[in-house]
Amino acid sequence: MLEYFLPRASSFAGSIDHLFDLITYLVMFWFLLVMAFFFYVVFRFRAKPGQKAQYITGETHKQKQAVEIPHYLILICDLAILFYTFKVWHEVKIDMPEYDEQVRVIAQQWAWTFEHAGADGVLDTEDDIVLINELVLKKDTQYKYELQALDVMHSFSIPVFRLKQDAVPGRKIYGHFKPILEGEWDVQCAEMCGYGHGFMPARVQIKSSDEYAAWIAENTPANLKQDAAYANTESKLKEAPNNG
Amino acid sequence: MADTATATAGVDHHDDHGHHESFWSKYCFSTDHKIIGFQYLFTGMAMGLIGGFFSYVFRMHLAFPGSSIPFFGVVSPAAYNSLVTNHGTIMIFWVAMPVLIAALGNFLIPLMIGCDDMVFPKINRLSYQIFLISAIVLIASFFVPQGGFGGAWTAYPPLSAESQYNGTPFGAPMWLIAVTLEIVAFLLGGINFVTTVMNARAKGMKLYDIPMVVWMIVIASILFMASVGPLVAGAVMLLFDQTLGTGFFDPAAGGDPVLWQHLFWFFGHPEVYVVLLPAMGVVIEIICTFSRKKLFGYRMILYSSIGLGILSFFVWAHHQFISGVDPRATYLFTTTTLLISIPVAIMLFAMIGTLWGGSIRFTTPMLFALSFIAEFLIGGVTGIWLGSSGTDIYLHDTYFVLAHFHYTFVPIAIIGTFAAIYYWFPKMFGRQLNEFWGKIHFWGTVIPFNGIFLPLFVLGAAGQHRRIAGFTAYPDLYTENFQDLRVFATGSLIVLILFQIPFFINFIVSLKRGKKAGPNPWKANTLEWVAPSPPPHGNFGDNLPEVYRGPYEFSVEGREDDYWPQNLPEASK
Repeated sequence: MLEYFLPRASSFAGSIDHLFDLITYLVMFWFLLVMAFFFYVVFRFRAKPGQKAQYITGETHKQKQAVEIPHYLILICDLAILFYTFKVWHEVKIDMPEYDEQVRVIAQQWAWTFEHAGADGVLDTEDDIVLINELVLKKDTQYKYELQALDVMHSFSIPVFRLKQDAVPGRKIYGHFKPILEGEWDVQCAEMCGYGHGFMPARVQIKSSDEYAAWIAENTPANLKQDAAYANTESKLKEAPNNG
Repeated sequence: MADTATATAGVDHHDDHGHHESFWSKYCFSTDHKIIGFQYLFTGMAMGLIGGFFSYVFRMHLAFPGSSIPFFGVVSPAAYNSLVTNHGTIMIFWVAMPVLIAALGNFLIPLMIGCDDMVFPKINRLSYQIFLISAIVLIASFFVPQGGFGGAWTAYPPLSAESQYNGTPFGAPMWLIAVTLEIVAFLLGGINFVTTVMNARAKGMKLYDIPMVVWMIVIASILFMASVGPLVAGAVMLLFDQTLGTGFFDPAAGGDPVLWQHLFWFFGHPEVYVVLLPAMGVVIEIICTFSRKKLFGYRMILYSSIGLGILSFFVWAHHQFISGVDPRATYLFTTTTLLISIPVAIMLFAMIGTLWGGSIRFTTPMLFALSFIAEFLIGGVTGIWLGSSGTDIYLHDTYFVLAHFHYTFVPIAIIGTFAAIYYWFPKMFGRQLNEFWGKIHFWGTVIPFNGIFLPLFVLGAAGQHRRIAGFTAYPDLYTENFQDLRVFATGSLIVLILFQIPFFINFIVSLKRGKKAGPNPWKANTLEWVAPSPPPHGNFGDNLPEVYRGPYEFSVEGREDDYWPQNLPEASK
């Protein structure tokens, strides 16, 4: 049902959607049944003149069974949900597939920093591409992400991926995703993080491998002469004696 | 009070200052459980108006971002955060708890178990006084420099711990002190409730003769007292982090921010049942009376609620599936969370079983009680999507969660409370509320309530997160269709708020001019209906009632009357 609202842009989005649908069918079945029964009872046993209510204790074996048996059936539905939810949880949060690309996500008040591993696919090298509030991914590629928070709790949420993970200061949290659709969507912060919580939007762009290669070539720091010059001045500023 | 010679039940007597009490000592420093109950009720209702006003302001802001809200002005992000934080805090700690536990517990327990007052009347008075101070501290925190605390009602550190992050150097500690004081007040109240019910029951009232609402308040009080310790410890640590610069929750100083979440939710989840159980008790009393039926499966309901209480201590981490706890822990907590649906469902089924074969009268309290069952069911079943860890990855902290828990808390704290007020108003004030305006109020509350929160389920399923001060920055969410849903929800809220006006007028007018109620206007069985309406100080006069049977002997075969009060001796058959 969720794909009606937003596309499935990651490999595990489908699993989460199917679990959502399974729960919807089971819950809706019981919910509608109980609601229908409830309204039927309320209507059928409305007060009529001269008619007295029955005396039912609900303590006899047969009466208790009337309540118990539906609950055994509900328990079976619960087990089905549990089984499927464990499977999905394992796929998304425990399993760590072999990855081809890495990205580091750093949350702070109130911006996202995305460190793309760049051409060599390794983080913390010279060709890393660091962007603010802009995450660029290659379609059909298995990613590993590293999530950090610099100040307070944040939560890294990409609804089209069905992915969410809190960022905890002092910890590095790892996870994975594999984008499967090209396009551009919202990245949200999903944990209250102060005044600017509502205003730290980011965008995720998913590009085909050709476009992605072009983007890498264009944005690798060594190819960006102006930015390199800027970085140079910045390092000089740092070296200068602090007058402040 | 002139006609009241107080009875003795081994309780120390407290109205020894005679029959001429001043207004001050009668209404402000009273030790009478009924007056303390009213104090809690009216304080809770006043706080409810504040919390409701906050929701009006931030819903208006979400529907019409950036515009000036009537009676408030333009909502800044700081104000927005503070409004949502304090809306949640007020509605849980200063509305649901004082009204459902403290007001109903204080008013009903001595009356329903047939004694003249609480066992510890002075502790009871102290409980309300501390509660009042906590409310004053909280309200004061809105007006200090930099404004009230805005780090969400869950107050996760490091945001809540350091003013450089939350920007409220005075608001945050005051918020925390207010919450801690409120908890102290309820610890005192809880001790009183449990002791009174265990020690001061009327002669002949066995454990299985105790009315269900009293049982529920007792179980809720035990749950509260057993779960709140870790939160108080956590609150003190957080206060030290805020004010003394300790680092219990600061990773840079060797602390752990996730620790707070464990301490908070270890209390926070049982807290849901702390307010749910009394509301369920209210609904049970009302549906028995107005379907003229014996409660279906008294023991089954009692044991289910005890099982629910025990299980509720093992579900807390379902609030933390994606918060950085060990991902394997979710297997345990998903299982316990899905299991906890069973005792709640048994209780709802038993309520429907009680209706079966009844003779249902659709009075205003009954309408509220029936709508509790239907609406709470929506809140209950939507919990399955969230308790299941796989879907919670997506739904966590979205409006789906928000709609879900409002579908539990609104039936509990609003619908359950109104049911109780309409049902016990004749006992409280000796007059009846107007039925016509009661029904207008009922439909005007229940229909817009669904109008508010059904659209929010849709927005949550579409990926809209909570606590976002406006969606203008998010192109995927700031679409015309979604904005229409937001406006619809806000419009429904305003309709709901307007329909509370007839209730307040009805309440005030009926206090003086309502139809006089006799001692037992609803023809119910429990002991509070034996006392005069309103009951005098000491409740039952010289003769405390004796109990001969259970509380729900309606429509007993071979009896002319369809009710059989607990205090009538066998011979009166």
